[in-house]
Amino acid sequence: MTTAFDEMKGADGQVRPAYAALASWLEEVRPDVLDHRRQEAEVVFRRIGITFAVYGEAEATERLIPFDVIPRILAAAEWDTLRRGLEQRVKALNLYLKDIYSRREVLRAGIVPDDMVFQNPVFRPEMNGQKVPHDIYVHIAGIDIVRVDADTFYVLEDNARTPSGVSYMLENREIMLRLFPDLFSRHRVAPVENYPDELLASLRSVAPDTAPGEPNVVLLTPGVYNSAYYEHSFLADKLGVELVEGRDLFVKSGIVYMRTTQGPKRVDVIYRRVDDDFLDPLAFRPDTGLGVAGLMSAYQAGNVTLANAVGTGIADDKAIYSYMPEIVKFYLGEEPILKNVPTWRCREPDHLKYVLEHLEELVVKEVHGSGGYGMLIGPMADKAQIAAFRTKLKLDPKGFIAQPTLALSTCPTCVEAGIAPRHVDLRPFVLTGRDKIRIVPGGLTRVALKAGSLVVNSSQGGGTKDTWVLDT
Amino acid sequence: MLSRTADNLYWLARYVERAEYLARILEATQRLTALPLAYVGETNEWVTAVATAGCSSAFFAVHSEANEETVTDFLAFSTDNPSSIRNCFEVARHNARSVRTALTVEMWDAINTAWLELKRFSNQPTSRDEFARFLRWVQGSSLRFDGSAYRTMLRNDAYWFSRLGVHTERADNTARILDVKYHLLLPALEQVGGPLDYFQWSAILRSVSALTAYHWVYRESVKPWLVADLLILNEQMPRSLASCYENLVQNLDRIANAYGRQGPAQRQARAVRTRLQNSRMNEIFQEGLHEFISSFISDNNRLGSAITQQYLA
Repeated sequence: MTTAFDEMKGADGQVRPAYAALASWLEEVRPDVLDHRRQEAEVVFRRIGITFAVYGEAEATERLIPFDVIPRILAAAEWDTLRRGLEQRVKALNLYLKDIYSRREVLRAGIVPDDMVFQNPVFRPEMNGQKVPHDIYVHIAGIDIVRVDADTFYVLEDNARTPSGVSYMLENREIMLRLFPDLFSRHRVAPVENYPDELLASLRSVAPDTAPGEPNVVLLTPGVYNSAYYEHSFLADKLGVELVEGRDLFVKSGIVYMRTTQGPKRVDVIYRRVDDDFLDPLAFRPDTGLGVAGLMSAYQAGNVTLANAVGTGIADDKAIYSYMPEIVKFYLGEEPILKNVPTWRCREPDHLKYVLEHLEELVVKEVHGSGGYGMLIGPMADKAQIAAFRTKLKLDPKGFIAQPTLALSTCPTCVEAGIAPRHVDLRPFVLTGRDKIRIVPGGLTRVALKAGSLVVNSSQGGGTKDTWVLDT
Repeated sequence: MLSRTADNLYWLARYVERAEYLARILEATQRLTALPLAYVGETNEWVTAVATAGCSSAFFAVHSEANEETVTDFLAFSTDNPSSIRNCFEVARHNARSVRTALTVEMWDAINTAWLELKRFSNQPTSRDEFARFLRWVQGSSLRFDGSAYRTMLRNDAYWFSRLGVHTERADNTARILDVKYHLLLPALEQVGGPLDYFQWSAILRSVSALTAYHWVYRESVKPWLVADLLILNEQMPRSLASCYENLVQNLDRIANAYGRQGPAQRQARAVRTRLQNSRMNEIFQEGLHEFISSFISDNNRLGSAITQQYLA
């Protein structure tokens, strides 16, 4: 494995310009001050209840995501490339989804194989020929980006269903402003605090044309036991919209209403943080109490907007991911600004052969897995794990893709022994409204706190950092 | 606002109020049982405490004997008792979490901090001192929550529903004390009275935090019928039935005004308030204190159902 690119020290050990002020500050600041601030941050997070749940751990149903107080910094020019790349990518995702659920030109042109779509459990036949308001499917995307050198950013994953993490982006900034006013005064950091306003503007812009007057926007949560519940309540609060559960809504004559103390009130836009499967027991899984009976019929009648639309999984599926560069070219006629990580599709015999021969050096992912569960990191795995994965792969090659083990870039991070480089990724949030695409400069930086670890997922012990985009 | 939000706010306030009430009962009972027998008689005050908390049947389903250990555990810490102080805070915090957006930062902080601190207190206090600290902490947490609500909430339906919860619960609690101890409050001509009961009366006043108030209002030594008057009819006394209903009517009226519609809840609350306003203590004694209290408790429950049906379901 090649050495990782450090975002502060660069490839040659020279502090890069964006990090100059931070580097000198880090030299001045006493280690116990950093440690003290870290503890302060933890107390604040615990008190305001920024917690997340880890499934399958009875002990710690409410845990804090570790927060690292050293910011990750992006220069204006770097961000500009990212922003253009993200806009392009999300435009293509929306065009692709519209096409998949209508004319399917992308399949006819042979860009994406038919069976990848039709035999995919995340494809929703209910959406065939279904018009969605203003042809927007992915209103909120969380595109995961990794960096491998000074100039190369890869898209690691397109999260087009119900991406989470934006509350950390906002809260991390708030806490940093509180803890390090001095450090901020040495930089010109682009603000992110307008994200809720941008989100609300996007959501309102996509209300169905039949919505009377001011559209009523709500945020639908699975409830307090969901791992991202804190974020749901946080966002509803910032947006100034009702945080509803399935039982608060009902459908009558194709219109969605919420139960209020003053009787039923019509709902026009649902920012839903409930997965497709649980949205409507009449249309999808009948054994759920999280959804709203009849919601799909109201949706199909065009009386309510769901954000994101139903069936967007067919865009961010790991199997489809590898076709994204062609998809971008197909719909936009442009070269993709952001590259994909080179990916082997195990469904293709020659790819599978290569993957089986190089398991020790590859990362193998389940096509339908998420959150870092069910993947093999070849260089970290022992012989038994590799053998077990080899068997799984041979049994179900279509279920897997493989990628090289990337040397993710690193950022200076507080660890027990002081400050050390740790691997990071980035999840910016891209909002698509009827009028335009909105991206606040920044995103959620996740950091693998264990030395050498590449797994940044919070469910696997990763932490977060504030992400600064410099204005000049 | 969402019916579920209103429901959560209403019950959040009720559970916090209930936790404080339980702490007061436990405190008053501990004082009574610490007195020499000659001052309080042979009664088992721990049985009374369970009855006053309104959970006799649940208690005796688990314990055969009511004593300091079993009762403090059941009322304060037990996870089997849905209304133990611990569970009150658990449920209150759960409700608060479900309606985070309807709470002010201060309210959330008060309830979340209480919930976090609760973990510090072990289920088996090692000493009476420690337990006493726990009880004071409960009262402090409740005051802090209630104070945060009072000082920081917008005066809109969210606030009014939480006030409805406080006063419905408070009326219920005061009525329960009266229901269990009514025989001690009958006028002096009845034989039950006597110097023995003095400490019982004080204990009743203490459990509704009204001992000092009593002296300011009546400027007399503690007389049972005046205790009854203070707890039932005196509108100055925040835990009296009359004061609770004054507040319930006011808050229900505010909701009705804001929504432009009256309903059964408003009518029910006003009917009860009118009855309290038109009552005199001597008439209540003549017609039977116990009957009066029993019918008040069912009226109060009826108001709870009316509020639920009209707004929270």
